[in-house]
Amino acid sequence: MSIRERLSGNEAIAVAMRQINPDVVAAFPITPSTEIPQYFSQFVSNGQVQTEFVAVESEHSAMSACIGAQAAGARTMTATSANGLALMWEMLYIASAMKLPITLSCVNRALSGPLNIHNDHSDSMGARDSGWIQLYSETNQEAYDNLLQAIRIAEHKDVLLPVMVCQDGFITSHAVENIELLEDDKVKEFVGEYKPDHYLLNHKEPIAVGPLDLPAHCFEHKREQAQSMINAKKVILEVAKEFEKLTGRKYEYFEKYNLDDAEIAIVIINSSAGTAKTVADKLRDNGIKAGLLKIRMFRPFPADEIAEALKNVKALAVMDKAESYSAMGGPVGAEVKSALYGKADGIKVLNYIYGLGGRDVRADDIEEVYNSLMDIVKTGQIGETYRYIGVRG
Amino acid sequence: MRGKAKEMTPEVTWQEITPGGTIYETGNAEGYKTGDWRSMRPIWIEEKCTQCMLCPPVCPDTAIPVKDSKRLDFDYDHCKGCGVCFKVCPFDAIDFIKEEDKEE
Repeated sequence: MSIRERLSGNEAIAVAMRQINPDVVAAFPITPSTEIPQYFSQFVSNGQVQTEFVAVESEHSAMSACIGAQAAGARTMTATSANGLALMWEMLYIASAMKLPITLSCVNRALSGPLNIHNDHSDSMGARDSGWIQLYSETNQEAYDNLLQAIRIAEHKDVLLPVMVCQDGFITSHAVENIELLEDDKVKEFVGEYKPDHYLLNHKEPIAVGPLDLPAHCFEHKREQAQSMINAKKVILEVAKEFEKLTGRKYEYFEKYNLDDAEIAIVIINSSAGTAKTVADKLRDNGIKAGLLKIRMFRPFPADEIAEALKNVKALAVMDKAESYSAMGGPVGAEVKSALYGKADGIKVLNYIYGLGGRDVRADDIEEVYNSLMDIVKTGQIGETYRYIGVRG
Repeated sequence: MRGKAKEMTPEVTWQEITPGGTIYETGNAEGYKTGDWRSMRPIWIEEKCTQCMLCPPVCPDTAIPVKDSKRLDFDYDHCKGCGVCFKVCPFDAIDFIKEEDKEE
């Protein structure tokens, strides 16, 4: 029997970490993820976990300590947001290149500037090419479930990559929702023991990690790293299947909502998917074939599967809660459009930037997006494809 | 999988290379000769040296070998010519010259 609780997204992550009981947590507080190390350090003080908690002086140090600890052979976790993630930047690439299965809870917040503490996806979207697996979560439940699965995905022998589990700052991290938790012993059994093949504290096999890698070999290491990301696709589904057996909760690369017969659809990430589902339901009640695709796994990017899922849609809006300043749209828009190319051609695709700096995303906004798609289907005219919604002017 | 430094030849493929570049043995820096990076060269003047032992610990590499509590001549296979030993020597027992000015 699972445990019914009411937790905020941050509490859910902290509880997952308590149940995982990692060897090391190194973290530095930053809004809105501060509560994660705060709650977790209470678990440490109370003796509820055996974790070595490293209170570092910056996020660069946090990720550096995570790298050292994981290389030593310790299961290591951390949490951060926005500028904290940005300060980790240099070390994010080193963690993935060293094939260290660290797990990080990213509570999405706008990356300064201008200075802002509220939610958008500019922090994790900026880290999308850092070699980390990225899983996104609509709800507290998904954040909890994704983090438990992240341990298994990261540490799988065919992967060995760090995993970032993202949820929306404040909207998800601070809102209390119903949640079903697994019992502690079931989590312990699910995540198992971390048993790396090679690690620094193994006195039987002294090793050198992170050595100088000149042109004769660096390219081969990058190719090997790319293969791990390719392999992760299979592993993520396998872990999800096992998790579903345990909990009844089904996870895939993305969630299809009213999508199979949809004529118009939107692609969206994280909490705004909930708002969009409400709107899609309302449109369905009025006989409009509106659907939604919510991306869970952004790295690796499920391009073929997304093209297959969207191939019958006539008009599509890809929603980006981050700018990429390419003067042609946001990061999710770029990926989805490139996925469709040659596999699902002919779909009219809009790319909306929405909700930057924590601007509320209302049902009316989403409805306006669907209305624009309906107009495109009706008239065949698409107009400007790079659009903003919810901004004044 | 080729995990030892000697096995990591220029022919090793990405399928055979170790994940993350980890080398499954230690002491590999010794086998990697960095002396040819040097543009400046420290010269040990043995007759001025008092064996005060200030220089060996400041060498960022292992280019000042020590045996029986005494320093020996520089290991030019590994000395990169940073000049820290020259700076620290209180007895002018280390000279610091351009690499091209060295006497063959």
